Amino acid sequence: MTPSRSTARTRVGPSGRTAATLDVDALLDDRGVGIIVCCGSGGVGKTTTSAALALRAAERGRKVVVLTIDPARRLAQSMGIEALDNTPRPVPGIAPGGGGSLDAMMLDMKRTFDEVVEGQASPEKAKQILENPFYVALSSSFAGTQEYMAMEKLGQLHRQAREDDTYDLIVVDTPPSRSALDFLDAPERLSSFLDGRLIRLLVAPARGPARLMTAGLSVVTNALGKILGGQMLRDVQTFVTALDTLFGSFRQRAEKTFALLQADGTAFVVVASPEPDALREAAYFVDRLTDDDMPLAGLVVNRASPSAHTDLSAEAAIAAADRLSTKDPSSLTAGLLRLHADRVRIVEREQHLRERFAASHPAVPTAVVPAMAGDVHDLEGLRAIGDGLATQA
Amino acid sequence: MTDWPKVRLHVVTGKGGTGKSTVAAALALALATQGKNVLLCEVEGRQGIARMFDVDPLPYAERRLTTGLPDESGEPGVVHALHIDPESALLEYLAMYYKLGRAGKALDKFGVIEFATTIAPGVRDVLLTGKVFEAVQRNARNKGAIDYDAVVLDAPPTGRITQFLNVSNELAGLAKVGPIKAQSDTMMTLFRSPRTAVHLVTVLEEMPVQETNDGIVDLQQNDLPVGGVIVNLVRPQDLTLEQLAATDPGVVAADLRTAGVDADRALVDGLVAEGREHAERRALETSQRELVADLGVPTYELPRLPQGVDLGALYELAGLLRQQGLA
Repeated sequence: MTPSRSTARTRVGPSGRTAATLDVDALLDDRGVGIIVCCGSGGVGKTTTSAALALRAAERGRKVVVLTIDPARRLAQSMGIEALDNTPRPVPGIAPGGGGSLDAMMLDMKRTFDEVVEGQASPEKAKQILENPFYVALSSSFAGTQEYMAMEKLGQLHRQAREDDTYDLIVVDTPPSRSALDFLDAPERLSSFLDGRLIRLLVAPARGPARLMTAGLSVVTNALGKILGGQMLRDVQTFVTALDTLFGSFRQRAEKTFALLQADGTAFVVVASPEPDALREAAYFVDRLTDDDMPLAGLVVNRASPSAHTDLSAEAAIAAADRLSTKDPSSLTAGLLRLHADRVRIVEREQHLRERFAASHPAVPTAVVPAMAGDVHDLEGLRAIGDGLATQA
Repeated sequence: MTDWPKVRLHVVTGKGGTGKSTVAAALALALATQGKNVLLCEVEGRQGIARMFDVDPLPYAERRLTTGLPDESGEPGVVHALHIDPESALLEYLAMYYKLGRAGKALDKFGVIEFATTIAPGVRDVLLTGKVFEAVQRNARNKGAIDYDAVVLDAPPTGRITQFLNVSNELAGLAKVGPIKAQSDTMMTLFRSPRTAVHLVTVLEEMPVQETNDGIVDLQQNDLPVGGVIVNLVRPQDLTLEQLAATDPGVVAADLRTAGVDADRALVDGLVAEGREHAERRALETSQRELVADLGVPTYELPRLPQGVDLGALYELAGLLRQQGLA
């Protein structure tokens, strides 16, 4: 899974010139691609897209593991990952023949954090950290821990894949962030915090000779105590003191993950729905990936409304419907014409939104997936999505 | 007549993509009847209000946004807007409660503000909800502030809403005593009272309806008051499923010719096929609507607008919410 320079994909961004269709099968078949990261705002179908890409890659002969964050219950069941045990499990029902395989896992944020601590600290120190109330809160509810742990787990899977050749493709779903950008910033934020002045300030009193507190420092700790209460301040101090030895490795790991994401073996797929907010987030994300020199493969627009079956314009349909309604207010044909007008207008609006995105980001290859009638909760449904992704009109 | 006469704080949540911000904005317009002042708050740093109402990005200050939807008297109230970010909320909180002086600046310099607002578990939520609380129950120290008749909060999504409002629980085990603990306890009293209602926005699809169900159970288990369920983006129901099932291509062709449309075979077949697909989706919506009805809370419905949601559409939706009694 060493990224090979020869197969490096073109990195695209707002400055490019050609608009193109995202060739999903070429992406999945590219052995130089070892990691696919699906990102986008909440409610656009990231998890489904990740699972569909992973399944399609597996059935095309790749050895795939998909890391999901919070899959819908029935989708998780169909993939055999209801049990949240932080270990990849084989997905039953993969079409044999291509020599590929698919494992799936659901991220257990707290478990992953615990494992990092256990792997880095002495058993005694690890115990001290794991029992600290501040750690318990941080590891289970810190806005950002989920992002960080998703990246940590990705790093682990990547190392494992390289060592024992279990996987040649890792597909990652990203957490439903407040903003899609959180997930790129979280590792840096956590590591800069752990490295920061505040930590040194909090750790300072515990270290004998370094106890030289300037007036500024005591003002700050006093103010903190006043606001947080003495108990919480002491918990935080114990926590950071215990974690002190791990700081270096935290930072190192965050930097490694960042570098891994920048490498040619990674491909980012930005997922959106044809709605203004989702496409705006997608545009931010594309710009951000370009700024950070991250390898962007393209945009997937999910849930596109199905196009109309006939090219009668919305205006003509409404005019005809009005004529029929004046004669017969309950005319079925008038109703059908109005439905058609609605459908044309929705498709036109979505088309317009996509064109606006393409105008500002002409070099981002795009794949459009039509909305399914019902929810996807089995491999058959995922295959249909995969087919839709790969067959662009 | 509104279904929620006692409610001062309307919390609007929903799964991503269901349109909760649109519903929150429409609800604020609907609540702003004659002589009323309504505050619409957002807490997720998206500047969604500014975009919806086509104004400059909002600062951390209450701004007059627009007039509400006029009632029978013809005189609308006023909708104000507030964009709450945790950094500003913390600085305001510190200024209001502690005379920190030099220490306030030092806190920022040492990264304490960043720590409290991004890293410290739960603190971010306490700061955001704390400001919302202050807007509902004005602090005597906040001189000259408007007393709002209603506050509408465009809240975090359904999956996070209980955790977001359950501030004292989030801090439990961390701050057992101290000023933040006392503050969050007072806030919980308001959030658990009949003066608060948490409304859930959904669409008639399997996953959002399931999540709405889970959200309601979660809120109830934590003694947080569940308001109504707003079913958004509903497909037109002018035709009944029976009518659609009985579509006769011959009749459609004849009708089209009557209406002066050149009715070739492709057009007739296309319209009939579209009607059939519409009927399929409607049947799925109907089965989800039954599940929503079983949730045991008042429900409200808003249509899917083919042209999307612009400022005029917000007033249209506000009218529908008022008509159905959410406001």
